[in-house]
Amino acid sequence: MSGAIVGVDVGGTFTDLFALDPDTGTFRVGKVPSQRGDEAQGFLAGLDSVGGTAALAAIVHGTTVGTNALLERKGARIGLIATRGFRDVLEMRRRDRRRTWGLWGDFVPVVERNLRLEVAERTFADGTIGEVVDLAAVEEAGRALLAAGAEAVAVAFINAYANPANERAAVAALRAFWPTPHVCCSSEILPEIREFERTSTTALNAYLQPVVGAYLGRLEGALAERSYQGAFHIVQSNGGVMSTATARRLPVRTALSGPAAGVIAAAAIAEAAGFADVITGDLGGTSFDVSLIAGGRPSFAAQAAVDFGLVIRTPMVEITTIGAGGGSICRVDAGGLLQVGPESAGSRPGPVCYGTGNDRPTLTDANLVLGRINGERPIGGALARLDTDAAARAIAIHVGDKLGLDAMAAAEAIVRVANARMAGAIRLLSIERGHDPARFALMPFGGGGALHAGALIKDLGLAAALVPRFPGVTSALGCVIADIRHDQVQTVNLALDGVDAAALGARLGAMAAEARGVVDAAGLALAGLDILFEADMHYVGQTHAVSVPLPFAVNGGMVMASEAAIRAAFEAAYTAAFSRLLPGIPVRVATLRTVAIGRRPVIDLAMLAPGADASVAAARTGSRRVWFDGAWHQATVYARLALPVGASIPGPAILEQPDATIVVDPDLEATVDRFGNLVMRRA
Amino acid sequence: MTMLDPVTLAVLKGRLEQIADEMDATLARSAFNPIIAEARDLSHGLYDAETGETLVQGTAGLPIFVGATAFAVKAVIDASAREGGARPGETWIFNDPYDGGTHLNDFRLVRPFFRAGRLFCWLASVGHWLDIGGNVPGGYNPRATDSHQEGVRIPPVRLMRDGVVDSGIVAILGANSRVAQSNWGDLNGQINALDLGEKRLAALLDEYGDAMIAAALAALTERAAALMRSEIAALPDGVYEAEDFLDNDGIVDAPLPVRLRMTIAGGVMTLDFTGSAEGCAGPLNISRATTIACCYVALKHLFPEVPSNGGCLHPIAFVVPDGSILGAGPPKPVGGYTETILRVIDTVFRCFAQAAPDRATAAPFGTINALSISGWRGRGHRWVMFCFFGGGLGGNPESDGLNHGNNPISTATIPPLEIIEAAYPVAFRQWALRPDSAGPGLHRGGCGAIYEVGLRDGVTAEAFLLGERGRFPPFGASGGGDAAPNRFTYGTGDDREAPTMTSKAFGIALAGSQTVRLETPGGGGWGDPFSRDPAAVARDVACGYVSAEAARRDYGVVITADRVDDAATTQARGERA
Repeated sequence: MSGAIVGVDVGGTFTDLFALDPDTGTFRVGKVPSQRGDEAQGFLAGLDSVGGTAALAAIVHGTTVGTNALLERKGARIGLIATRGFRDVLEMRRRDRRRTWGLWGDFVPVVERNLRLEVAERTFADGTIGEVVDLAAVEEAGRALLAAGAEAVAVAFINAYANPANERAAVAALRAFWPTPHVCCSSEILPEIREFERTSTTALNAYLQPVVGAYLGRLEGALAERSYQGAFHIVQSNGGVMSTATARRLPVRTALSGPAAGVIAAAAIAEAAGFADVITGDLGGTSFDVSLIAGGRPSFAAQAAVDFGLVIRTPMVEITTIGAGGGSICRVDAGGLLQVGPESAGSRPGPVCYGTGNDRPTLTDANLVLGRINGERPIGGALARLDTDAAARAIAIHVGDKLGLDAMAAAEAIVRVANARMAGAIRLLSIERGHDPARFALMPFGGGGALHAGALIKDLGLAAALVPRFPGVTSALGCVIADIRHDQVQTVNLALDGVDAAALGARLGAMAAEARGVVDAAGLALAGLDILFEADMHYVGQTHAVSVPLPFAVNGGMVMASEAAIRAAFEAAYTAAFSRLLPGIPVRVATLRTVAIGRRPVIDLAMLAPGADASVAAARTGSRRVWFDGAWHQATVYARLALPVGASIPGPAILEQPDATIVVDPDLEATVDRFGNLVMRRA
Repeated sequence: MTMLDPVTLAVLKGRLEQIADEMDATLARSAFNPIIAEARDLSHGLYDAETGETLVQGTAGLPIFVGATAFAVKAVIDASAREGGARPGETWIFNDPYDGGTHLNDFRLVRPFFRAGRLFCWLASVGHWLDIGGNVPGGYNPRATDSHQEGVRIPPVRLMRDGVVDSGIVAILGANSRVAQSNWGDLNGQINALDLGEKRLAALLDEYGDAMIAAALAALTERAAALMRSEIAALPDGVYEAEDFLDNDGIVDAPLPVRLRMTIAGGVMTLDFTGSAEGCAGPLNISRATTIACCYVALKHLFPEVPSNGGCLHPIAFVVPDGSILGAGPPKPVGGYTETILRVIDTVFRCFAQAAPDRATAAPFGTINALSISGWRGRGHRWVMFCFFGGGLGGNPESDGLNHGNNPISTATIPPLEIIEAAYPVAFRQWALRPDSAGPGLHRGGCGAIYEVGLRDGVTAEAFLLGERGRFPPFGASGGGDAAPNRFTYGTGDDREAPTMTSKAFGIALAGSQTVRLETPGGGGWGDPFSRDPAAVARDVACGYVSAEAARRDYGVVITADRVDDAATTQARGERA
């Protein structure tokens, strides 16, 4: 397959695009306003900005439509059909509460209780059927839900992971008359033990299905009008690409689509630049999102809660979020401690300097007062200028006066506390898991991340910061380079002692074949296809398992498994997690996981590098006062994109580009590598 | 002393808390019994070298341990002083409930942390072991009249010397439990957590220097005290009184009062429990240390921003009468301590409903309902299913109470019923929200739950329950109404019996189609239910949280054909006035 491929990352404010022509090794980037409610329009406008659809072979899309529907509770009206006696599992959760301290707050599930209906059926943990499902009751329940306006229905029966027969029969009965394809079956979506997590994932899938389906339908319709013939794919929360058919079936896998694409791009950029170990930091208006890439591999979480009680269990790129962003409000608490966030002024009304009604200082206000942000030419282009004086006044009143500091010292203190919080989030994900920070580089993206990179290098003892050439289109780039991926899971609950290795191998072989089929069906050019096996294993009596990579390969459709190899792999994984093995206690295999990865052809990222005609002298645009360590410094200002490969910029300096600002602290030095990345290190 | 700027202090606070957090995570992931692994009945932290006061506590730890562990560390400090002082390489173990413990299942491992030959602080790990002997599997013996019937009691002793575990102590512990292997696994997890904490703290001290970390710890304690003082100073001076009752002690069927007189005067708070019941015959006694620890829990829920360390308690004076149910000594049984501490917390909430209604909450469901079902699998292989259950939280100024939440003393998640059914030969019949269990209010309480569980074919078992709130339901606040009380029954279908002590049952024989059924309380309501939006009441009725009869009686809202009957509602609401 040949022809251009374009990655499209639709965010809340802007749609970012990265278009690549693999035949010529050329690329284009684009940025157009997002059009909420009329996404197809914005989407097409974006495609037009990078050359239109005529010569395109493939479009890969990172979307927040699922994320937003979950966060804003704008999914479909749906029903749930459950085992008699258990319709409230979804609402009862795991009996958690919002926070450790404080008892306020309630929870509204995505399916109202009167749309959760029960039918007679019972399956036990060993797979025996105690009561065959009453299909007449299923049909009656389904028709009642339709009459009540349900657009989608989820079916989640107790112990359906152990034997899906009752659940599958009920789903078949519903599909026979349900007017849309939106019938979600828990044992199809997540055949794994733990009823709340399985029910929640299934219900959220149903909740998203009509929304994501309609969204994809609008995009596909618009593309069809342009007579677009190429492929159209979606990035999953695990950073892999899936077909729109899979996305329609499993929309719950799009929950972290956009951020996951960014992490995939970060891994590729960093690896090319010679940094196998990277921490990404995306600083937005209200939050700071961190993820860890070790040995070139992003880290994954088995599940995540999008909001309190909205649990999705499917492999996702692990992203830790703290409430510290540019809009985070700064205040001094009753104990005299300076706090930054989690309360945020967001992008509306936004920081004090926007002049749109907020009078409490934010992190962005502090960066402005310190001269780190250019008040006369704000990034993004939405505002003409920023009000530095108002920002300084707000900082003096709300922070300085209470701490006995002047406005400059108070602004510096705000940035330090924010840096400390960001460093804390990074530490939690890295150092506290035994990763040595001296090995890691920080890759900031988003407009603000590179303002704090220097301080984070120093606070955490990081090796360097690596600022990609186009921080704003990192996620769109990730769409273009992401592999195709399909995950399968099956709870098995087997004793390892005397395990039937042949049967286990056959099972893995069947899972692999199914996953492989999904990847093959995507129809994108592949450089190869990998099948990975993992097992969740534990000592008998433990309820948490360690994830154990199984050293098996598919050979002619067969997998040769052995008890000894599984045990050795378990003991290696257990020792890595905890210091003490527990000899004498039997081991169990709880769950099998299979991942099929269709590897995409490697792209030479050197194409991103600046042209040979660039020069430092031409890039220099002037200088301005910037506050560092208690005093003003005169910092040189450069147009970042105009800097040539090999340029070396000593701090203090400010590097500006249309969608980001980079601060080079006085004791740091930034160099442009052969990919156009900026590498910042101690001078 | 090294002076610290507030910014460095904030940075170090985060670093120190992360050490404790990571200790919590290490134990949870490697523990054997689900009460630690799934329910997170654990805690870790750093404690003052001389006083044992809490310096830093993990955020995931069980709230009640946050207050209690300081007393446990103090007990080890005293014990080690009697034996010539703490030495590097040693780790102490104990579960003595009178000497800084809670109940016998909670095992504390306490390790001195040395720097350059000098004791810098203590590290501690607390976890709830599944079974430590006694008359009832799991330890919650509702008929215990002295602590020897509740399990084996271990005073502070050295588990490790020079980094080596004393296999003799491990053997003694193993011989005294029904589930020795599970306890051994948990013990290893706790040692793992201490090893890790030691390593992380040493690295932090190497990085910043001992003097700066010592200064940070002192400053954090002083800041917590300052914050708590300013919170207290903001309360109106006055004397506030509250009273609540435990149903009975499981031995004598008579209510047990818990009485609190809270005085706010000039920035000092006095919590005086004079007038509470005398020490009781059954297992509902608690020690003075536990009483103070649970007041800490209540105050932390009311003032969530105050940091978790011993400084919180500096501006508070306690009066706990010796020999009362809240100031018990050996050998008074304490296995049901959770019920009593929940009642103490409720009295603090009740005083705050008067002193600071805008911060208060109506009563949460207020009982842990420790249910154990146990039997024999084949020859000589015992199974013990043990679980705590949820209920509704109280209505509050911000929102309705949370449906099916956990108690204030815990952040434990409930094990999935599929995990329980895979591990034990039981089958649940129902796991649902309980209609009409929430206290009515402008913001109603959260709903309690119904759990009904029976046995797989051919299995027999015995059931034990230790619960409360069967006769004195969770109270409403600011005009809100009470929730439904706890109800426990056993039998077949509708042919059911309740134990004479309401929520305490001992050795109920189960077989065939018999089940046990728990209907847990909701939370109390907050604010006048007659001012709740009729549309919100109609939604509650449509969803089955509230019945149409209760809507009319408790809210003055008349629902006809699934809709609010406006005229009838106006009339019903008018009649009460």
